Amino acid sequence: MTRRQRRATFIFVSLGILGMAAGLVLYALSDSVTFFYSPSDVVERGVEPGERIRLGGLVEMGSLQKLDDANVRFNVTDFVETIPVTHRGVLPDLFREGQGVVAEGAMQQDGTFTADKVLAKHDENYMPPEVADALKKTGNWQGEGAEASHAETYGQGSYP
Amino acid sequence: MIAELGHFALVLAFVVSLVQMVVPMVGAHRRDAQLIGVATPAALLQFLLVAFAFGALLYLFIVSDFSVKLVFDNSHSEKPMIFKISGVWGNHEGSMVLWVLILALFGALVALFGKNLPDTLRARVLAVQASIAVAFLLFILLTSNPFLRLDPAPFEGSGLNPILQDRALAFHPPWLYAGYVGFSMTFSFAIAALIEGKVDAAWARWVRPWTLAAWLSLTIGIAMGSWWAYYTLGWGGFWFWDPVENASLMPWIAGTALLHSAIVAEKRGALKSWTILLAILAFSLSLLGTFLVRSGVLTSVHAFAVDPDRGVFILGILVVFVGGSLALYAWRAPLLKTGGIFAPISREGALLMNNLLLSAAVASVFIGTLYPLLLDGLTGAKITVGPPFFNYTFVPIFVPLLCLVPLGPLLGWKRADVKAAAERLIAAAALAFIACLVTFAFAYDGPWLAPFGIGLAVWLVVGAASEIAWRIRLFTTPLRESLYRARRLPRAAWGTSLAHGGLGIVVAGIVGVTAWQSELITTLAPGESAEIAGYTLTLERVGMRDGPNYEATVGVVRVEKAGRMIATLTPEKRRFPAERQEKTEPAIRTNGLADLYVVLGEPSDDGKWVVRAYHNILAPWIWIGGAIMALGGIMSLADRRLRVGAPTRARLRAAPAE
Repeated sequence: MTRRQRRATFIFVSLGILGMAAGLVLYALSDSVTFFYSPSDVVERGVEPGERIRLGGLVEMGSLQKLDDANVRFNVTDFVETIPVTHRGVLPDLFREGQGVVAEGAMQQDGTFTADKVLAKHDENYMPPEVADALKKTGNWQGEGAEASHAETYGQGSYP
Repeated sequence: MIAELGHFALVLAFVVSLVQMVVPMVGAHRRDAQLIGVATPAALLQFLLVAFAFGALLYLFIVSDFSVKLVFDNSHSEKPMIFKISGVWGNHEGSMVLWVLILALFGALVALFGKNLPDTLRARVLAVQASIAVAFLLFILLTSNPFLRLDPAPFEGSGLNPILQDRALAFHPPWLYAGYVGFSMTFSFAIAALIEGKVDAAWARWVRPWTLAAWLSLTIGIAMGSWWAYYTLGWGGFWFWDPVENASLMPWIAGTALLHSAIVAEKRGALKSWTILLAILAFSLSLLGTFLVRSGVLTSVHAFAVDPDRGVFILGILVVFVGGSLALYAWRAPLLKTGGIFAPISREGALLMNNLLLSAAVASVFIGTLYPLLLDGLTGAKITVGPPFFNYTFVPIFVPLLCLVPLGPLLGWKRADVKAAAERLIAAAALAFIACLVTFAFAYDGPWLAPFGIGLAVWLVVGAASEIAWRIRLFTTPLRESLYRARRLPRAAWGTSLAHGGLGIVVAGIVGVTAWQSELITTLAPGESAEIAGYTLTLERVGMRDGPNYEATVGVVRVEKAGRMIATLTPEKRRFPAERQEKTEPAIRTNGLADLYVVLGEPSDDGKWVVRAYHNILAPWIWIGGAIMALGGIMSLADRRLRVGAPTRARLRAAPAE
C-alpha cells in the first residue's frame, strides 16, 4: 500500500464515520425532541392527541385528587387556561399545590393530559424556567429573583 | 477573623499565581535559570495559600459560624458532621474553591516530582497551570467570594438541600473535580509542548499518567453520581442524559480518546498533533462542563441573562482558554514533526479508529446537550432532548466501537495480521454467540436487541481475558511457564484488560436494566400484598422514626419468594424541618444479579399507601463494572514503566552574564 493509498483510506474512513454521526444526529433531532407547551399554548395552537409534549404551569390550588390504584389527578394552570392531568405513580418529593410543575406525556381525545413523568424542580424560590417564562407571557409572573438558579440541585430533583 | 484570613489568603494566592504565570514563561523564553527557578516555589506557595483558604472555609462550616453568609445558606447546627464538611463544596462558591485547590495541588505535584522534566518544559507547564489558577481565582474573588459576612449574624443556618445530604454524593464532586482539573494538567503539557515546538516520547510519557489519573477520577466520580441517582431518586434509573450528567460524560469520552492516542504518541511517535488537540479538547470540555453547571445557563438561557456576572465571566474564561489554545494549535502544530508510518490495519489503526468513534460520540452528546440552549437563545422555542435522541445517536456510534475493543490490543504495531488476531478471539466469539442464543431462549419475549447486548458484553469480557491468555501463552505452554509470564506481565497490560473487561460488565448491566426492568405501582393497606417478578411484597405496617435532622415515615415491607421469607425492606419518606423539604429513601435488596427496589409513596385518602417497586436485572453490574474499570486505571497508573525511564534531567546553566 502506498503512502497515498494509506492516506486515502484514513480520509475515507474518517469521512464515513463523520457522515454517519451527522446523519444519526439529524435524524434524531427531527424525530425525538419534545416541545414545551403552556396550557394557553395547548388551547391556542392545538396539540395532536398522542403527540409527546411537555406541559408546564402551576399546580392549581385544591385540585390534587388521589384516586384509587395509585392514580392522581391535578390541574395545571397558567391562570388563563387550565388543563386536567392524570398520572399513575409516585409524585416527586418537590411536588406541591400552587407551585411549578412540568408534566411529560400526551393529550387525550377528551382534552385531558396523561403524564407518564411528572417533574417538579423547585423549592420556595425556584420555579422551572419554562414555567416562569410561560407565566410572564400571560402576565401572571410574581416575584423577581425567583429565577435564581439552583445549580447544585439542578438535574437532581428533576426526575419522576 | 478566620474568614478574613481565608479571603486574604485567596488574594495572596492570586498574586502568587500572577507571578507564576509570567516570570517562568519569560525565563523559559530567555533561558534564564533564575527566572525559571521561580516556578517551583511559586507553585508550592500557591498551593499552601489556597489550602489555607480552603481550610478556613472548612473550619467555618465545622464550627457553624453563621455570621458567614455561605455557612448560613448551606449549613445547620444539627446537621451530621459529614454533611457539614460536604456542605463546603455543596454550593457554588465553596465548590469553586475546591476546584482551585485541586488545580493548585496538581501544580504543586508537578513542581515537587517533575525534577526529571527538562527545566524549560516544567517552567512552561507550571506557568500555563498558573494562568488557569489566575482566571479562576479572579472569578472567585470578583463574583463568588465565599467569605462574605452577614450582619447581624443569624442564630441558625438554613440547612443544606436534603437531596445533597448523602454519603455517596458528599464525595462525588471532589472526584469529578479531580477529573476535570486533572485534564488541566494535560492541557498545560500540551500548551507547553506547542510553545516549545517539540513533542517527543518523553513528553507523551509524562502526559499519560496525568491523563490516566484524570480519567480514573472522572470514572469514579461519574459512577458515584450515577449510583447516587439510582438509589436516591426513587425511579430505578441510573442515567438520565441530563445536561449536568452530559457535562461530565463529554470530558470522560474525550479523555478516553486521549488516553488511547497518547499510547500511539509515546510508543510510535505518530498522532502527535492529534494527541495535542485531544488534550486541548478534553480540558475545553471540562471547562464547558464547569460553565454549564456553574453559570445557570442550564436552568434557562434567560437566567443566564438575568444574573450575567458569573455566567459571562466563565464564558470569558472559556473563550480565552479554548480560543487561545486552538489558535496556538493552528499556528504551532504544523511545526511538529510527525513520524511513525503505519498501515490501516495495525494497532495504531485500531487506536485511531477508537479515537474517531469516540470523537463522533462526543460530538453527538455535545449537540444533544447544547442544541436546546441554542434553539432557545435563537428562536425562543423550548425543546427537550431526552433519552430517545441519545439512543438514536450515541448508541449506534458506540456499538461498533465496543465490537472492536477486544481486537485492538491483539493487533501488532505498524502492520498487523488480522487473521492471527481473529484466531485468538475464536473462544470469545463462540462464547458471545452462545450467550446471545441462551439469552434469546430465556428472554425471547423481551426487546430483540437485548440478547445481542449480552453477547456484546460477553465478547468484551472474554476478549479482554483472551488478550491476557495469549500474552501469558495459557494452554500453549506448561502452566508453570504461564504463571511465570503472568507475574512478569507489565501492570499496564493487566490494567488494559481490566478496563476493557469492566466495560463489558457495565454493558451487561445497562442492557439488563434497560431491557428487562419490571415495574409495580400499586396502593397497599397495611397487611396487603402485591407481586413483582416472582416476589411477594407485603406492607406489614407504616411507622415513624426520628433521624438526626429529619423525621421519617417508614414502611415495613416483607419480601417472600415461593412462600419463603427473604428479607424485610424499610423504604422511608424523610421530612427535613430545617429545610422544609422531603426526600424519598428507597430500600434496595440485591443478590448480585438483580436488585429489588421498593419506594414508599404518599398515603391515599382511604388509608392505603402508594408503593412503587422495581426488579432491576443486572443493575449492580453497572457499578461493579465501573469499579473494575477504575481498578484497571489504578493498575496502569502503578505500572513502573510510567515512573522509570522518564527523561534524565537536563540541567540548564545560568545564562552567562552579558
